[in-house]
Amino acid sequence: MENRNNKSQIKREGLSRRNVLELGALGLAAAILPGAAFAADKKLKVAAIFATPIEEPWDNQIHVALQRAEKELGIEYKWSEKVQTADFSRVMREYAQGGYELVLGDAFAAERESRRTAKQFPKTAWLFGSGAGPAEPNFGVFDNWIHEPAYLSGLIAGKMSKSGTIGAVAAMGIPEVNRLVNAFFAGAREVNPNIKKKVAFIGSFFDPPKAKEAAVAQIDAGVDVIYAERFGVIEAAVDKKILAISNMSDQSSLGPDTVITGPVWDMYPTVEQAIKLVRAGVFTAQDYGDFSRMAKGGSHLAPYHKFDKTLPADVKDLVEKKKAEILEGNFRVDVDENTPVSD
Amino acid sequence: MSAVFEQIFQVGFLAAIIRIATPLAFATLGEMFSERAGVLNLGIEGIMLLSAMTGFTAASLSGSLWLGVLAAVLTGMLMGALHALFTVVLGLSQHVCGIGVTLFSSGLAYFLYRLIFGQQSVPPNIKGFQTLPIPILSDIPVLGPAVFNQFALVYMAILAIPVAAFVLYRTPWGLSVRMVGENPRAADSAGVSVIATRFQAVILGGALMGLAGAFLSMAQFNAFTFGVVSGRGWVAIALVVFGRWDPWRSAGAALLFAFVDALQLRMQASGLGHIPYEAFLMLPFIFTIVAMAVMSRNAVAPSALLKPFRREER
Repeated sequence: MENRNNKSQIKREGLSRRNVLELGALGLAAAILPGAAFAADKKLKVAAIFATPIEEPWDNQIHVALQRAEKELGIEYKWSEKVQTADFSRVMREYAQGGYELVLGDAFAAERESRRTAKQFPKTAWLFGSGAGPAEPNFGVFDNWIHEPAYLSGLIAGKMSKSGTIGAVAAMGIPEVNRLVNAFFAGAREVNPNIKKKVAFIGSFFDPPKAKEAAVAQIDAGVDVIYAERFGVIEAAVDKKILAISNMSDQSSLGPDTVITGPVWDMYPTVEQAIKLVRAGVFTAQDYGDFSRMAKGGSHLAPYHKFDKTLPADVKDLVEKKKAEILEGNFRVDVDENTPVSD
Repeated sequence: MSAVFEQIFQVGFLAAIIRIATPLAFATLGEMFSERAGVLNLGIEGIMLLSAMTGFTAASLSGSLWLGVLAAVLTGMLMGALHALFTVVLGLSQHVCGIGVTLFSSGLAYFLYRLIFGQQSVPPNIKGFQTLPIPILSDIPVLGPAVFNQFALVYMAILAIPVAAFVLYRTPWGLSVRMVGENPRAADSAGVSVIATRFQAVILGGALMGLAGAFLSMAQFNAFTFGVVSGRGWVAIALVVFGRWDPWRSAGAALLFAFVDALQLRMQASGLGHIPYEAFLMLPFIFTIVAMAVMSRNAVAPSALLKPFRREER
């Protein structure tokens, strides 16, 4: 018995001696190599995982914000795009194990998987675009809460429509899309209670030729101001010489004489807040959706560009007044996520 | 409901049908030539996408739309040749190689596009084809503005139908194509080169698919984006069966599909009660499935379809 104990003790001692040696070697290496890995002011490593190519407007806004953060906030940024649901957890794990402290992305196609995987890496902060809520301890969510500028665009559309019929061509009847389209129509109805609305869905996120045909069908039915939730609609408005409202980013360049303005989503405030919290070590699982609202700078109305001169003063005043009310918190744009239908 | 009827009798409705049918007609004719020679080309979806990309890129860089169309056609021919190399010369599985060509072409299209244009928030666009009214004919009431005030590529599609029928049924080469698709062994003993004929037919098919792609990114729309093809290639494969491998019937099938698609877009705009929009979106596809089931009962596929030809092999 005693013998055995001795033996194991020797073994343990041997092991610890080797460990000491290893540590020494590491220390030596650290002293010799003034590598970035040991620098005190090391950059925060941030990654993003997108389910679609980054050209997709929704994911593109996240990507653009992170690129800006890379320049302005001194982070290291890497991303993966077109990650299929089946690969989602694997990519999450790779980033977590690769030392990334904050990982963003869109989790709409992998809600359950992403939450399950996030739990396994409590030291990493996860912040995903999601239709569901945050998950303790480290899974925060955000979404494109840009219904406020969509409402303001609706005010303009309602005022500018001569035919009294306005339209919207959108991807599909999901909450993220519905609340924008509904807010747009609510704005128009605010200024013209008798306004007629037309809605068409194309059944996919990317099919510009189809979106264009859907828009042409609406224009044939009398629509003279159209909300281009998807790519393809503005082109129809240009061809048919009617007015358009863009979506997600400033798309005036697609039709300078056609696009009045439109809701713009700016993910920078969300990204900035998350980075701030992670750096301070106080990132928590919560809904960061409020950082996409106008009051936080997370969304705004695109500049009028050419329409700055031609848009009637009373319309501009009306928009400014409502905008001020929203920013002051005195007016709340209703969130209506029911699928809109044509009148 | 009356709002729908009101729209159906508008010129815009007829024009929309023609516009929606054009890329389908090109693609369907292309697939038909390939299948008549005995080669199923499942690469169609990818070939259309890659052609849409190269066509748009060439037009954007050179400033010439027709140079873009040429690039798209050449791309289609090149990818057709690739598919023919695998399936005709090497005699590999047409299903597997076709899917392979689609995956490869799609990946290549997105990769090259990113390489050339970088990653932009708003897709770069060109000034696409403008409608070209044909004198006198465009003055015919209703039909004139709908059919004869269209893009140049639409007229090409309309002309392509009788030309395809003539080539297939009235020329020696067309006879060879039909022979190698029905009975390659007999064709071979009659001195027709099965390999060469099939190769040519698949390349011609690729060229037509290239035109379909060019129409999508340069006439119907003026930019290349993800999903610009969105399954239109797969629809064309179904339309070939629906059209019983005949140019006239295939073009008719494309026109019918376009009719239902244009109709459902107008029904969505008419607010028909509270029917879910998905029901409208489904219509063209339900129509195709039903029509295919009914029409294809007497249809006979080319008997050598899917069968690679190897000389002196039983």
